Amino acid sequence: MNEMTPSREERTANLKGTGCARKRVEDARFTQGKGNYVDDVKLPGMLFGDFVRSPHAHARVTSIDPAAALALPGVVAVLTAKDLEPLNLHWMPTLAGDRQMVLADGKVLFQGQEVAFVVAEDRYIAADAVDLVEVEYEDLPVVVDPYKALEDDAPVLREDLEGQDEGAHGPRRHHNHIFRWEAGDREAAEAAIGGSEVVVSERIYYQRTHPCPLETCGCVASMDKVNGKLTVRGTFQAPHVVRTVASLLSGIDEHNIRVISPDIGGGFGNKVGVYPGYVCAIVASIVTGVPVKWVEDRMENLMATAFARDYWMDGTISATKDGRITGLKAHVIADHGAFDACADPTKFPAGFFHICTGSYDIPAAHVAVDGVYTNKAPGGVAYRCSFRVTEAAYMIERLIEILAAKLDMDAAELRRINFIKADQFPYQSALGWEYDSGDYHTAWEKALRAVGYEGLRAEQAQRIADFKAGKTRKLLGIGLTHFTEIVGAGPVKNCDILGMGMFDSCEIRIHPTGSAIARLGTISQGQGHATTFAQILASETGIPADQITIEEGDTDTAPYGLGTYGSRSTPVAGAATAMAGRKIRAKAQMIAAYLLEVHDDDLEWDVDRFAVKGATERFKTMAEIAYAAYNQAIPGIEPGLEAVSYYDPPNMTYPFGAYICVMEIDVDTGEHGIRQFYALDDCGTRINPMVIEGQVHGGLTEALAIAMGQEIAYDDIGNVKTGTLMDFFLPTAWETPNYTTDWTETPSPHHPIGAKGVGESPNVGGVPAFSNAVHDAFRAFGLTQSHMPHDHWRIWKIAHDLGLHG
Amino acid sequence: MIPGVFEYHRPGAVAEAVALLRAHGDEARVVAGGHSLIPMMKLRMAAPEHLIDLQGLDELRGIEIGAEIRIGAMTTQHEILTHSGLAEAAPIMAEAARQIADPQVRYLGTIGGNVANGDPGNDMPGLMQCLDARFTLAGPDGTREVAARDFFESAFMTTREEEEILTSINFARPTGGWAYEKLKRKIGDYATAAAAVQIAVEGGKVTAAAIAMTNLSDVPVLSAGAAAALTGTGCGPEAVKAAVDAMQADIDPVEDNRGPVEFKRHVAGVILARAIARAFERA
Repeated sequence: MNEMTPSREERTANLKGTGCARKRVEDARFTQGKGNYVDDVKLPGMLFGDFVRSPHAHARVTSIDPAAALALPGVVAVLTAKDLEPLNLHWMPTLAGDRQMVLADGKVLFQGQEVAFVVAEDRYIAADAVDLVEVEYEDLPVVVDPYKALEDDAPVLREDLEGQDEGAHGPRRHHNHIFRWEAGDREAAEAAIGGSEVVVSERIYYQRTHPCPLETCGCVASMDKVNGKLTVRGTFQAPHVVRTVASLLSGIDEHNIRVISPDIGGGFGNKVGVYPGYVCAIVASIVTGVPVKWVEDRMENLMATAFARDYWMDGTISATKDGRITGLKAHVIADHGAFDACADPTKFPAGFFHICTGSYDIPAAHVAVDGVYTNKAPGGVAYRCSFRVTEAAYMIERLIEILAAKLDMDAAELRRINFIKADQFPYQSALGWEYDSGDYHTAWEKALRAVGYEGLRAEQAQRIADFKAGKTRKLLGIGLTHFTEIVGAGPVKNCDILGMGMFDSCEIRIHPTGSAIARLGTISQGQGHATTFAQILASETGIPADQITIEEGDTDTAPYGLGTYGSRSTPVAGAATAMAGRKIRAKAQMIAAYLLEVHDDDLEWDVDRFAVKGATERFKTMAEIAYAAYNQAIPGIEPGLEAVSYYDPPNMTYPFGAYICVMEIDVDTGEHGIRQFYALDDCGTRINPMVIEGQVHGGLTEALAIAMGQEIAYDDIGNVKTGTLMDFFLPTAWETPNYTTDWTETPSPHHPIGAKGVGESPNVGGVPAFSNAVHDAFRAFGLTQSHMPHDHWRIWKIAHDLGLHG
Repeated sequence: MIPGVFEYHRPGAVAEAVALLRAHGDEARVVAGGHSLIPMMKLRMAAPEHLIDLQGLDELRGIEIGAEIRIGAMTTQHEILTHSGLAEAAPIMAEAARQIADPQVRYLGTIGGNVANGDPGNDMPGLMQCLDARFTLAGPDGTREVAARDFFESAFMTTREEEEILTSINFARPTGGWAYEKLKRKIGDYATAAAAVQIAVEGGKVTAAAIAMTNLSDVPVLSAGAAAALTGTGCGPEAVKAAVDAMQADIDPVEDNRGPVEFKRHVAGVILARAIARAFERA
């Protein structure tokens, strides 16, 4: 039976393992409209919930009268805070250690806040009933500016916290203050900056925006009163955490709660948190005894579920006059809205913002972040980035450009002078991180060569001369970025959410015929886990990826894990997958040794089989071993071939990249055109190059959206001005440029297969690349800083203020 | 995003539709392509109790090209965009239609709905004023014609009576050069500023011009002053500047998410200058 052995190359190709551009197995159903999303869930007798929401940003709720709504045929219930209070569910804990109203308890704190929950027989009746609930409000003064929120006479937003000087993250310094968080050595940073030849300081605003996944948030809660089991299907990026939180909140034993994340239509951080809709649907199902569905619409999603960013960053960077950076200092005012509902690891209320020394060897640094309450929606989630990493990358990459202008130096050269060198890894940053690996100079030179950097600068100089001579009205911007991410949260010793360590998990069962199922604690929202995790496993176990099912998202079947966000799936669950695969292989080796009648150590692994060293014609394939594992009594070895691994990563991973954007800008209209975008990513070992390229394209397009148009804007009285997709910018194919992708490969030394995570890199690096291109176009005319989004009128205003309109 | 309760009607003839309007008064609205009204209903900013769908009225469809051009009110933007006779007779129509919304909307959105809704953001009202079009309205007492230049009163308010339906649009075959220039933030957006320009030129000099601007006031703005500034000139820099100055005196933009008033006034001038240059070049 051993004669027709295919070559090693053929067998490797047949596995479709790590490195293979395997087509996504999910796409057959997604592209045919055959996905199964939460709004596709239809259960017998299911009721529908809908919210009465506050039109006011800050008001006292003086009365709620549901009588007219309850009189409408088909309306089953109207829940208010008073109904939830006996269950102690009118407020709920947030992931950030704060508390949040589930339904308005005496007052509302942002426009769109949940005031009452209508339950009806269909969603049309529910929508009609929402209009019939009569709520009376008494306006209170509104605070939308976080600096004004910190003034002495600012209105008290969180009356429930009045007199509490201590918050979840230390002392509160003002009635609208949430926390101060610091990293680094303030004295050392100030001394370094004070003694420096060149210092620049700038306030850099990263505007409030929103992840805006195509599918909005929702759930179907179903309480089975016969067996006492609660099942919640929903758009959860972290289903196990939702189960634990639901158990803690409701008092239902955790084994009696089953949380299922079906197909999820994009998350980008928006689906990490716990929302009032989930709580209300669960309560309504417990009260009514039938399933209750709640799915928000687009306007509700933009207005009320988690936003991202809203960081006011005062950065100071110093250098010698020949461009050697000496110090960095940053102070951030972080607008968290009405409740602190960030989804950061608990010990990091400002996320990993202190990665803000970026790719540079900066000897002294200090950051301080003050969280502030305002009359805006809660959130502050990591929108396609690890926690606050895109804010950090944006700040340092803007400061580098501003410093280069001050030094009258080429910004590419300034970066080159200051990069952490390849031989400095593992590198201890001044703000406390240990960068695991990197080779920035190689990536940078490759990127500059690829775009013909010198030629671009010469063309730009000519363009400026032509512009000044009146020959053109278009400027050319060259946007440079070298970013370093920090992903894969994270080591349990310092990363947890509500006390739950941020490990992740994989459980594998090999079937007797040599195919397999693997279940993970993560959940794909479009990342392609079913494709790529099977590839990791294929390479580890020799079972073809096509014969491996990947299953996630059902807490009754999957092992506990912290979910998918912050590019943690590959660094953490991917590692667990590899480790579980290695356990399988270890047992398989023992079985093979028995079957081949040799010692374990006499075997070597060969793609999909164990072969006898020096006699490779004698082997057992993984399929043969699996069959034996179930069908043959092997002394000293349990039947079956299964493994589980819970992986606690020893460190974060540090993907990096070099992005260059070449942009044409029409100074008269503020329009832009992207002529070229080159993205080099180093995410360590590349599991599936095609999936990586797709991730990079998607992430860059979201970065384009943020840099060039996206914002959640409020007027002075707290009305959301960008509450529909007419005003909230989502690029279509038309606005999206062509991207050129490239890579270097610097494996992570501590990850089992060297992978680092990539899904969020393009957003982290893309935003500064686009923004730097805009700024660079105007550098010759004296522009220092102009806040995003760089939409038409804001670019026009740059030109106008610089006197370029004559 | 769920509309209130309404009764749906689908009449088979204009007279029937008019009778329904008459029967239900201001509780009724006609719907053409539905790309303005249906979103308003989903937002519950419009809550008609009777919705009269005009999709069954084949008599309101079609494009006829003669000495005059007649376009049925239910003709879609896509049909305008792809009609070869219209492309030859009035190429500005396709140039404008191509800049409206996106392909999915253009398959359903109609020229009649675009003008009759009276939305200052819509592109066709300004273009119709530029072309000096006439709208035919059918009511209980028969039909009447209203000039596009007299039709728009204020935002969403027109001279159409409640019981009337816009049935067709007529305009003379335009002559000379043309341009529809539009600045918008993204595909699917209304104009930040748009200009419709028709210029007739003889011997290098403008003999007649018509200029209308979109989304720069609560109604489309036909700028006679801008047209007069070009007439008799070769559209040199001074004439264009005079036209832009005259246009800027006629518009009245308001600040919104597209930008402040100062920006809109400025880009309106840039857009108009570009439209004039292109139209003159084509004349």
